[in-house]
Amino acid sequence: MSSATEVASEPPTRARSPEPRTRRRRNPGARTGLLFMAPFAILFIVVFVIPIVVAIRSAFFAQVPRNEGLFGGGGVVEQFVGLDNFITAASGTAFWRGMGRVVLYAGIQIPIMIGLALVLALLLDSFLVRRVGFFRLSYFLPYAIPGVIAAMMWLYLYTPSLSPFLPWLPDWVDLMTPGTILFSMANMTTWTYTGYNMLIFLAALQAIPHDLYEAARIDGASGFKIATRIKIPSVRGAALLAVLLSIIGTIQLFNEPVILETVNPWMGKDYTPMMMAYNTMTGTISPSGSGPANAISILMAIIAGVLAVVYASLQRRRD
Amino acid sequence: MSSIVEAAEKPIRRQIKSVEDQPPRSIAPSPVSRVVTTVVLTLVTLYFLLPVIWLIVASTKSNSDLASTFGFWFADMNLGTNYESLMSWTQGLFWRWVGNSLFYSLTAGVVGTLISTMAGYAVAKFVFPGRRTMLAATMAGLLMPIALLTIPLYTVFNAVGATNTVWSIIIPSCVSPFGVFLGVVYAQTSVPDEVLEAARIDGAGEARIFFTIVLRLLTPAMVTMFLFIFVATWNNFLLPLMMISSPELKPVTLGLYGMISYFAPDKGAVMLGALLGVVPLVILFFTLQRYWRSGLTAGAVKG
Repeated sequence: MSSATEVASEPPTRARSPEPRTRRRRNPGARTGLLFMAPFAILFIVVFVIPIVVAIRSAFFAQVPRNEGLFGGGGVVEQFVGLDNFITAASGTAFWRGMGRVVLYAGIQIPIMIGLALVLALLLDSFLVRRVGFFRLSYFLPYAIPGVIAAMMWLYLYTPSLSPFLPWLPDWVDLMTPGTILFSMANMTTWTYTGYNMLIFLAALQAIPHDLYEAARIDGASGFKIATRIKIPSVRGAALLAVLLSIIGTIQLFNEPVILETVNPWMGKDYTPMMMAYNTMTGTISPSGSGPANAISILMAIIAGVLAVVYASLQRRRD
Repeated sequence: MSSIVEAAEKPIRRQIKSVEDQPPRSIAPSPVSRVVTTVVLTLVTLYFLLPVIWLIVASTKSNSDLASTFGFWFADMNLGTNYESLMSWTQGLFWRWVGNSLFYSLTAGVVGTLISTMAGYAVAKFVFPGRRTMLAATMAGLLMPIALLTIPLYTVFNAVGATNTVWSIIIPSCVSPFGVFLGVVYAQTSVPDEVLEAARIDGAGEARIFFTIVLRLLTPAMVTMFLFIFVATWNNFLLPLMMISSPELKPVTLGLYGMISYFAPDKGAVMLGALLGVVPLVILFFTLQRYWRSGLTAGAVKG
């Protein structure tokens, strides 16, 4: 980063510049840089900054019917309610039960997925197999399938009358009960994202200088030892990032439960916090409206941030 | 930073010399461990591929054959009937939805790639007020839970009357902090300052330098950005679910969701829709997979 700054602060010799000399000497690229930055900056403000500000403001307001006439027939007005939306969300059981589900889900699914991805990457990087390209491609294929469509496919694979594998399993196996559905969803996410994470690990493994392996081999290290002593320690950075991104992704779990809910209505409209936020916004569950919905979103963002920071600092302490 | 791009190029270089990359025979792994590994990896392949094979087979079957015949092989060819029922259930809109997905993803991909490249080039090669702030905000955007933004985004678009328009999908989809990150990394390493200076001495304007020289040098990075934005837009479900209400504007993910949630559908027809809805994506994916891998490498080393 610093090299670019140094180079750019040297005034480049420009032959015919329309800008006045004094300005050019002060900072030659400021105007050009700003102009190149502007389109992204403006859209970033529209899509990230303004919504965040709106969400925070909106979370302190409630939408109440206008006080006109017997039937309140005048649309809704916003009323400042302080922390009421947060208190309502945080004191109800629905939010914490949903949060409990996604945290349990993350605790099971993320270690399995990251572990599987790491093992697959190590095996593909170990000279133990030929046709690495074929394996890599087939593990990555599920990532090309949109989450909603993958969820629809698995929904049918979990349906006893349609499934090609359920008939082979004992009769009591039911993949869509309150006790098992979380694992069934975890399987969907694992199926979709393992290949993606494996590719990240493979890329990190390929950045390790190969002389290191040869030296270790000559010193008598086994392939297993090379994997545990050289390879795994060198992909820790990639693993940390993959877990962080998975935690953030899991908190927002939405597509899979929404699809499963279409045939399992017992799951309810607030099975995960993101479903709860969406259905609060659309008015399917009460209290509804953008105030309560944004309060739920902000609570989720805070919890995701706390979990990510806790995980990152635990990892750092272990070093 | 430069190590990131070196690493990004490595897989390609390695692919070329993969034959000589095999270890000397004296330290090569034993045949037993080779066989065991191949068997294990093949079993894992079945886990990832069998559902897709089932999807292809299921899209050719009728409801009764789906229930009664072997899942991984074809029964009576019911493809035509499934196709007709897919068309009638979607009221002839199915291809329109695929077209919408293509339109949203292509537009967001092209616009997003261009503005990300410009922003990355600006951060890498110019000093301007707010440069550090913008860089920090972009990095924060990388770790932002995007779905959480969708609800306030709906509030904002609703306030200006822009929900249920193509803009409500395209504008949020073309803002990619990851694209800017790639743009910065690649512009720092693949655009030499000497080239820029030489062009300036020759009297080229900044716009001309960017469009004739910089864009050419950054083409590999831009293909990667385009792919990421294209796929993210195609896969997005929550955003169109919130924003779009007219059937004519739905992308294929939202359209198919409506199909399974509002009707008791013909399973084979739904699976056929699912299959046809991912074909464009899978083709794009596999023809351009080299770029994916270099983009992922940058992602891997940035931690």
